[in-house]
Amino acid sequence: MSQRVVYMDNNATSQVAPEIVAAMLPFFGDKYGNPSSMHTFGGAVARPIEEARGKMAALLGAAPGELIFTSCGTESDNTAINAALMSHPEKKHVITTRVEHPAVLNYCQDLVRRGYEVTFLPVDRQGLLDLDRVENAIREDTAIVSIMWANNETGVIFPVEEIARMAKAKGAVFHTDAVQAVGKVPINLKDTAIDMLSLSGHKLHAPKGVGVLYVRKGTRFVPYIKGGHQEHGRRAGTENVPYIVGIGKAAELAGANMKEENTRVRALRDKLENGLLEVEATMVNGDREQRLPNTCSVSFEYVEGESILLGLSDLGICASSGSACTSGSLEPSHVLRAMGVPFTAAHGSIRFSLSIYNSEDEVDYVLQHMPPIIERLRAISPFWAKAKKDGLLGAACNTPGYVEP
Amino acid sequence: MWEYTDKVKKYFTDPVNVGEIENPDAVGEAGSLACGDALKLTFKMGEDGRIADAKFQTFGCASAIASSSVLTELIKGKTVEEAAKLTNKDIADFLGGLPKEKMHCSVMGEEALRSAIANFHGEKIEPHDEGEVVCQCFGVTDKEIERVAKANDLHTLEEITNYTKAGGGCESCHEQIQEILDRIWAAEGAKPKIEVKPPTKRKLTNIQKMKLIEETLEREVRPALKADGGDIELIDIEGGKVLVSLRGTCSSCAASQATLSQFVQSKLREFVADDLVVEEVKP
Repeated sequence: MSQRVVYMDNNATSQVAPEIVAAMLPFFGDKYGNPSSMHTFGGAVARPIEEARGKMAALLGAAPGELIFTSCGTESDNTAINAALMSHPEKKHVITTRVEHPAVLNYCQDLVRRGYEVTFLPVDRQGLLDLDRVENAIREDTAIVSIMWANNETGVIFPVEEIARMAKAKGAVFHTDAVQAVGKVPINLKDTAIDMLSLSGHKLHAPKGVGVLYVRKGTRFVPYIKGGHQEHGRRAGTENVPYIVGIGKAAELAGANMKEENTRVRALRDKLENGLLEVEATMVNGDREQRLPNTCSVSFEYVEGESILLGLSDLGICASSGSACTSGSLEPSHVLRAMGVPFTAAHGSIRFSLSIYNSEDEVDYVLQHMPPIIERLRAISPFWAKAKKDGLLGAACNTPGYVEP
Repeated sequence: MWEYTDKVKKYFTDPVNVGEIENPDAVGEAGSLACGDALKLTFKMGEDGRIADAKFQTFGCASAIASSSVLTELIKGKTVEEAAKLTNKDIADFLGGLPKEKMHCSVMGEEALRSAIANFHGEKIEPHDEGEVVCQCFGVTDKEIERVAKANDLHTLEEITNYTKAGGGCESCHEQIQEILDRIWAAEGAKPKIEVKPPTKRKLTNIQKMKLIEETLEREVRPALKADGGDIELIDIEGGKVLVSLRGTCSSCAASQATLSQFVQSKLREFVADDLVVEEVKP
């Protein structure tokens, strides 16, 4: 096992920034008070929480009072959808997409079992939505439209600001899971019609265990976790002070690093992607234009993703795959299937997701080691030689993919 | 991340017997590109009537590649009759075990071997056992499910999916798989350890019943009543009798009696117990 670690799996979780750890440490030590306490000692940690809220509000273009600290992105997503349904009990219709993160997708599938009607919007081969179809799906009894800002697997960005306006025009609440978008896409919520937005700390170089839910002022809201009066009664439970301070610092850093994400990191991603595409019978999954600057999903035909990942892992390279063997089920990821990526390619998909901590040297390292891994696995594959002989390579780009029931 | 044994890692990183034998005496195939893993096995007989050489080509994950390589090692030097006795368990055992979700990789090895032996005897090769296809997603037949279940003492749907992939796609065949399990284990006279899905309403303790009634009222009933400006309060539970009181517009509504019997009772019967009777008490 190589000692070197090349971390390119930042859409899964990101390296914790040393500045953030430093900002959090005092709250694991002397500053252990409860912000709800009446004494000065406890009250002293109330101010850092409000400072963190202010920093996050600045990053999002929101008012501090519109932000609720939660335990993670999933809690924010669940809370948002639940709030819209509970505060509009007469509305029994929900709209989302087939490529959402499980935090939204599985919650919506459960809603179906609870008697709600849910429209799961399809995407095209590039992973994009048909906006006419989105607009037509919104009905009088649509309680909430929940559509992710950017896809975690492909990085494809949806025009959520436009969709939010459509929802508003028809009286539906609009929520977006922006876990992957925050820090990479400029966001100014006060100029949008977005009612609710979820984000997660650990994709922003803060540790795991803290998230934020934005709720536009005036949006009807029902808490998901009931109990004490914390977060103005909108999210009970004693504040997770160190982590809230951490996510505040993360917001500050994300704002400062947004330009670098969209210039240097984007250039690294492009170099990596173009280099990988030089491997025979390889293709990009997802629209290459409307996409996050850090994400690259490529498929290597006729090889299986888990085998590639293990080969990379032995070299210290961290990435992920949408193949069946790694998706925790027996079928390739729901995102690739919804896009109709053919099975010759879906099983061999690898996602690299970069961050500001990656260097050009690391990209070169991956580009140096990837071709031999693919070559070795293709040499073992019973299909490769035949497909090559029959001229089927790259045919995946034109053949029909998985068809969802 | 899967917990692979060192042996799996070794046979993945440095597999032996990779390739295809020219002019083989037998060719066997299992799996498919669509299913995410596939194996092609070829072997050649020696003059002593034993398998002299065997090679494999595999598309799949680390455990599929390792299982295939081990298969070739296991059959070399054996007569065809001896090889025919090998099962997926021999492959998994040789590797020091496989994660349970990966047992289907060892089953694929056994299938390719069976296919190759059939081919050796001049029989037509079918990619899967004959029988009726139960799992359309992965093309698994009832015969195959039955054989693997018996060979590996599998009693639950989850185990069947781990070993054969059957039921791991659209899930529409779950009932059929359960029926096969019921049948084979009932026939064997064994007490089936079956996960019944969905559970028929289980016997509830009083506390569980109270909790479930409260939850059902909160989730299924109250929002609907509130939409009409009403509300409902749980007063008491006496055996199968649920005493409730209506609030707001519901309490003076002539239709409230109908609301109760038809709506609340049906919800409680659906989610809690079939024998519940709802009665209204005046506050």
